[in-house]
Amino acid sequence: MTNHWIDLRNSDCILVMGANPAENHPISFRYVNQAKDNGAKLICVDPRITRTATSADIYAPLRSGTDIAFLGGMIKYILENRLFQEDYVGNYTNAPFIVGEEYGFEDGLFSGYDPDEKHYDKSRWAFETDDQGIPERDPTMQHKRCVLSLLRDHFARYDLKTVSMITGTSQESLMAVYETFTLTGAASKAGTVLYAMGWTQHTTGVQNIRAMSIIQLLLGNMGLAGGGINALRGENNVQGSTDHALLWGNWPGYLKVPRDSDHSLPAYNEKYASKNNDPLSVNWWQHYGKYSVSFLKSMFGAKATSENDFGYAWMPKCKDDRSYAWWQSFKSMYHDGIRGFFAWGMNPAVSCGNVSKIREALTKLDWMVHVNIFATETSDFWKGPNMKPEDIKTEVFSLPACTWVEKEGSITNSGRWMQWRYMGPRPRGQSRSDGHIMMELGSRLKALYAGGGVFPEPIRNLKWDYTTNGEFDPHKVAKEINGYFLEDVTVDGRTYRKGTLVPSFVLLQDDGSTSSGNWLYCASYTEAGNQAARQGQEDAPNKIGNYPEFAWAWPLNRRIIYNRASVDLRGKPINPEKWVVRFEGEEKSGKYTGGQWVGDVIDGGGLPLHHPDGSLNRDGRYPFIMRAHGVGQIFGPGLNDGPLPEHYEPLESPIAKNYMSPQRRNPLMRYSALLDKPATADPRFPIICTTYRLTEHWMTVTQAVPWNREIQPQVFVELSHELAAEKMISNGERVVVESSRGQLECVALVTHRFQLMQIVGKTVHHIGIPWHFGWRRQTSGNDESVNVLVAFAIDPSAEIPEYKAFMVNVHKK
Amino acid sequence: MSNGFFIDVTRCIACKACQIACKQWNNLPAEQTTNVGSYQNPPDFSAVTYKLVRMTESIVDGKFYGLYFPDQCRHCLLPPCLLWAQDSDAIYQDKDTGAVVYTSETQKLKAEDIIGVCPYDVPRRGKDGLLAKCTMCNDRVKRGMEPACVKTCPTDALNFGKLEEMQALASERLEKIKSIYPDAQLLDADDVRVIFLTAFAPQKYHRYAAAFDARPRKTR
Ligand code: SF4
Ligand code: SF4
Ligand code: SF4
Repeated sequence: MTNHWIDLRNSDCILVMGANPAENHPISFRYVNQAKDNGAKLICVDPRITRTATSADIYAPLRSGTDIAFLGGMIKYILENRLFQEDYVGNYTNAPFIVGEEYGFEDGLFSGYDPDEKHYDKSRWAFETDDQGIPERDPTMQHKRCVLSLLRDHFARYDLKTVSMITGTSQESLMAVYETFTLTGAASKAGTVLYAMGWTQHTTGVQNIRAMSIIQLLLGNMGLAGGGINALRGENNVQGSTDHALLWGNWPGYLKVPRDSDHSLPAYNEKYASKNNDPLSVNWWQHYGKYSVSFLKSMFGAKATSENDFGYAWMPKCKDDRSYAWWQSFKSMYHDGIRGFFAWGMNPAVSCGNVSKIREALTKLDWMVHVNIFATETSDFWKGPNMKPEDIKTEVFSLPACTWVEKEGSITNSGRWMQWRYMGPRPRGQSRSDGHIMMELGSRLKALYAGGGVFPEPIRNLKWDYTTNGEFDPHKVAKEINGYFLEDVTVDGRTYRKGTLVPSFVLLQDDGSTSSGNWLYCASYTEAGNQAARQGQEDAPNKIGNYPEFAWAWPLNRRIIYNRASVDLRGKPINPEKWVVRFEGEEKSGKYTGGQWVGDVIDGGGLPLHHPDGSLNRDGRYPFIMRAHGVGQIFGPGLNDGPLPEHYEPLESPIAKNYMSPQRRNPLMRYSALLDKPATADPRFPIICTTYRLTEHWMTVTQAVPWNREIQPQVFVELSHELAAEKMISNGERVVVESSRGQLECVALVTHRFQLMQIVGKTVHHIGIPWHFGWRRQTSGNDESVNVLVAFAIDPSAEIPEYKAFMVNVHKK
Repeated sequence: MSNGFFIDVTRCIACKACQIACKQWNNLPAEQTTNVGSYQNPPDFSAVTYKLVRMTESIVDGKFYGLYFPDQCRHCLLPPCLLWAQDSDAIYQDKDTGAVVYTSETQKLKAEDIIGVCPYDVPRRGKDGLLAKCTMCNDRVKRGMEPACVKTCPTDALNFGKLEEMQALASERLEKIKSIYPDAQLLDADDVRVIFLTAFAPQKYHRYAAAFDARPRKTR
């Protein structure tokens, strides 16, 4: 989330799309209700009338996988009616930038496409720059190759009629949503968006979010109280685990995992540090080297020296141009490339797409270590459906983990708040905290490597001192993550003593004199104590519910990121009613001579971009400090599959044609033709299916909890009255749902929550199935995971599988 | 007399947190259930299910409405169950809180009669022969805590406090939402401690949501 949970109450319009917070994030509805009490409108766009939809002022149905068409229509509507916030767009986004002549878009493909490699040459989308590398701009935004013009050209095709045809949303409903949400383009209004897996789990996942980011920039909603782009995380610590390098391509704090060709630390730092010559751009990633060196110092302690590149050679490298995403790992496992596997807090034998193949992959392992609070379909895969235990060689080791209430440590919630939790009861039986298990594993590996082995240095030199009296100590880890001064360090005349905790990441150094396990968390655990454990109830002077003394938010306890975009060029709040930050300047003959920012922790420091007399302030700063050019990216040359979002059909869709362009699917989408036979416009599978979670369960874990099973005991399919009548299915009876990959028997839940859709003049049925259930805990004797039906197609940027749209049929059992 | 609930079903998202919190606080076991074509489960109150979020769907003027009703004992001001039983060892009303409390002596009562006399079809008889229902979390309330269900509710659909405060809150809220839901109403507000606010006629939510003419009442 750019903002945070409480901040939802400040919104004037909440758009929920690709999420179902009433069911999956119930606590959010405290603040959604508060916003509604204050007159905010709630809009819900979803294929199904969810409980979020039943609370909404406006509900609009849409076909799964057509969000870009829906949002593209809104972009067109905003541009055509000039509903964007002109000052904001002109000053704080790249809308005035001129794009180079090599950029183009034709027949659904951007320029630079290589059909053999299924790859774009992104250099073709670069901006035109001056000799300093600073993009050329047209402040009037009239130039035919300025971003705003290209945006207008690109979305010209997204007219109401075409959008409605593709999405199945009626033109009236589209207009209702467009008209209501774009009212937040007014300076005194803020609109927010809540999304979750309904946007991400598509072969256009990242571009779905890009489309909405463009809308939020056009309407000037980024950085405002009650605005922003808010990802609702599916687990209370997904934000934390992502920050700490859950994803294969990251080191903690979104540093990059080095590639084979990044031969040395200086070369690595040079490659990933961001460069910009515009003095007004903070360009935060220019500090990359300070964070990477401090991280290596945390990894290897005194063993990391400037002579040995701080141990850079001991860190694993990835092959150039190869992905190591988990779907790749399973593919590799399936083809005998991976022999051993830790399933740690994950149950892929239920949760992966095309799950029958995943289970087959597990049979090819030599060993698997399963760390979980319960046995799962993964630990027990060898006795699951269609398995012959006597033929399976995989040796499974189970390590019982304790639950979150039985251990101490922090989580980072969706709103980026790091919150400290104390231990409740002690772990039961032989179960241990994850930290304890990891600590033990590391210590034993160190003992094994003490006498030698292949490339022992990384393990031997690993700093591994996070115990107190032989027990894992989460405080020691939290302090290491924050980082220490390793020598006396003097900055701006102030000396910080060796051995003390670093109070802010601006003090981190690239010479080995500081450590920090994750620069983003530097300032979370300081000499002033554990900031995450704070419980202060005082609000900040802006009184918008930021509660800066409660817990701690990254970065630097900033509660609303991009908050610098909430003020005008002179530092005055765009919306004085719900101001986030404001500049209290000292002024002399029309110029700022100094002053301070009050309210939230300001993004980037410095002064406002303009002096009170309207002249440019050389000490001013652009608002989007993490971007090289300092502004929000309407045109984003960074993604793999295009600088602007474009509608493509899902891997499997009910129509054979993309009505936006001749390019039917995302050209960079990946799926395994070997393992999957997709069915598009296939008469055998005419029904669209999507998957989702239930409020009554959490992932696959709560299957083991009797109270949760009592309220949702087994897998079911929701289908419309019309489809039920057509198939002569009555409510509550058992039915079979079938895709090109498999069959699932389940209970039919006949409901008005799904309604008929008109897709390109054709009546199409849409159904949905929740995914929590597996085969281990049976109610019917035939319960299984819905993922036996789901395809395994991958978004080219985030490499997330498309769980949300695939084609099926359904019949009576 | 003192305590009351205000249950604003227009804020309820049917998250069922209250239903589970009730089981947890009162140490009640899970029932074996199956999905019979509904999100609602268990299908009805039982001797081990005191709080039940009833879920129905309804099309009003062509618009879909999910109707959620977090049902429980109303702790009637003049409780028909108590009046019928006339046995304060089995059913009594707590002087401080107003809770209508069932004891193990309910074993001696004729269960069908007590259930039959309740206008809201609330009490249930367990295998042990005892009658059971919501206790108002009297054990918590007497120690200054809110009932478990109220404490858990994320949306402020469930509210608890002094009866007069709850009555005032209910009227205030009714006034506010009348403009959105012209049929909004408070259910039997003068007779109960657990005041429900519904957006539509109570029968749309549940047959026994309101007392009037719902069922033939027993009279002694
Ligand atoms: S609702 Fe029924 S059980 Fe509860 S007090 Fe009234 S009559 Fe008794
Ligand atoms: S007041 Fe207590 S016993 Fe009654 S429904 Fe709520 S949690 Fe259950
Ligand atoms: S906890 Fe509150 S919102 Fe959730 S079902 Fe109960 S009353 Fe409704």
